[in-house]
Amino acid sequence: MAVQDFLHDASRWMREDGPHSDIVISTRIRIARNLSDLPFPILMNDSQAEEITRRVADAVFSPEFQEKSGGSYEIIPLMNVPHVDRQALVEKYLISSSLVEHARRSAVALRDDEAVSIMINEEDHLRLQVLMPGLQLGAAWELATTIDDLLEAKLNYAFDEKYGYLTACPTNVGTGIRASVMLHLPALVVTQQINRVLSALGQVGLVVRGVHGEGTDAVGNLFQLSNQITLGQSEEEIIQSLESVARKIIEHEQQARQFLMEENREVIEDRIARSFGILAYARRLDSRESMQRLSDVRLGIDLGVIKGVSQNILKELMVMTQPAFMQKYSGTELAPGERDWRRADLVRERLRMDQGHI
Amino acid sequence: MLCQECNQRDATVHFTKIINQEKTEYHLCDACARDTGDFMMKGNAGGFSFHNLLSGLLGFEQTGMPGFGAPGQQGQASAPVRCETCGLGYQQFVQVGRFGCADCYKHFSGKLEPMLRRIHGGATTHTGKFPRRTGGVIKLRQQLARLRQDMQEKISLEQFEEAAVIRDRIREMEGQIEQGGM
Ligand SMILES: [Zn+2]
Ligand SMILES: [Zn+2]
Repeated sequence: MAVQDFLHDASRWMREDGPHSDIVISTRIRIARNLSDLPFPILMNDSQAEEITRRVADAVFSPEFQEKSGGSYEIIPLMNVPHVDRQALVEKYLISSSLVEHARRSAVALRDDEAVSIMINEEDHLRLQVLMPGLQLGAAWELATTIDDLLEAKLNYAFDEKYGYLTACPTNVGTGIRASVMLHLPALVVTQQINRVLSALGQVGLVVRGVHGEGTDAVGNLFQLSNQITLGQSEEEIIQSLESVARKIIEHEQQARQFLMEENREVIEDRIARSFGILAYARRLDSRESMQRLSDVRLGIDLGVIKGVSQNILKELMVMTQPAFMQKYSGTELAPGERDWRRADLVRERLRMDQGHI
Repeated sequence: MLCQECNQRDATVHFTKIINQEKTEYHLCDACARDTGDFMMKGNAGGFSFHNLLSGLLGFEQTGMPGFGAPGQQGQASAPVRCETCGLGYQQFVQVGRFGCADCYKHFSGKLEPMLRRIHGGATTHTGKFPRRTGGVIKLRQQLARLRQDMQEKISLEQFEEAAVIRDRIREMEGQIEQGGM
């Protein structure tokens, strides 16, 4: 597979920009729902799993859903998907690895632009996901709740007057919502302010973790900020508090970037230029180094140090340098040692597509 | 960094286990981390498990920590230990950290509140969205309960005119609920 082909099939969240795209990579909302009259996935048998898929398919292919859900949908039983493609769906953030684990009886309903995916028979009967580029919590929730309503018109949800939407795990009960934003915070990491900024979050019921790696050791300086509490707050309250914290972090990151350019310009330019050079010419890259260098290059683009390279390169390569995509790119299964050589090929090929210069 | 378990996928989960001051570092891929969790869940001792993390959270109340105790000591012994609908035992639930069906919430309700309070920062009641089609009546009933409270308050303050206005609204809503077929 050539990089061109991949980009042709890329999801909307990877292809497009969104508000605050310089710092916010993507916005994701997931809501958990169950049907009231069937056991939850840990206790259901295969025919009950099929029954759930059938009912969801009926709802998704109903005329009202087709008309109002903003695109055309396909229902894909995971059984019919080759292993490497299942993993590729995980790497594009369209399904969870837990859905893949239950591939024998799980399925996904995917909108054609891949902005909406409805996972069937994951930990809950339904996990509805909306994924958008940039900071778009309000829009993502609007879409998620619209699709939820369209499904609920045909399906009887497990709902309790006191506890709200009933979920397999008590950590999701109530709204069943998990809203998150992926943030690229290189300047806060370089200036060593990241701990101070992030440690202030715990008190408001939000959690932050490294997307690859943990804590401040987040590889590629990518952080995922999400709500922890699903009960006792409305969806709007949850989203508003996430949004306001995200905006504060964005502000801190912007100040840190400005500080770098004013006080440490040569040092940061040197770092960016070195990483650009390595990605453009290296023959071997491990995943950690490629993510760190990509983060530098992306910062270089945002600061105007690197010109002519698409901002999207970080999201694209973040997904494309994962194991399943590497395998698709190479057309063959790769031993761990081989992967680092092919990763460097892939990154070089992508960089050559743009006329980048410093 | 490669996953130390399969040596194939990149390690994306990093954690440190500390038992008896002995530190062990883990660097696993998502798949192996999940496998490790599932494996441990099936009762192999000594390991780390994401499920056990949750179980720890759930089991907290059982140890009788002050402030999180079940309502009344004697209530603990007589609390239902099994969901009548799906058959899941409460102990199973604590181990797995997952309910078996929607009715588990009813059958384990005695144990639920302290657990939810612990997970959700003190909250035990949903205040968000209601299902559109089936939830309308539920919403009305909640509003009704609130109105009845307001009415009692007005009466106790001897504000009878305001109380009468609320009473009329209550009657109106009761009518709506009956039409809703509940
Ligand atoms: Zn592994
Ligand atoms: Zn049950």
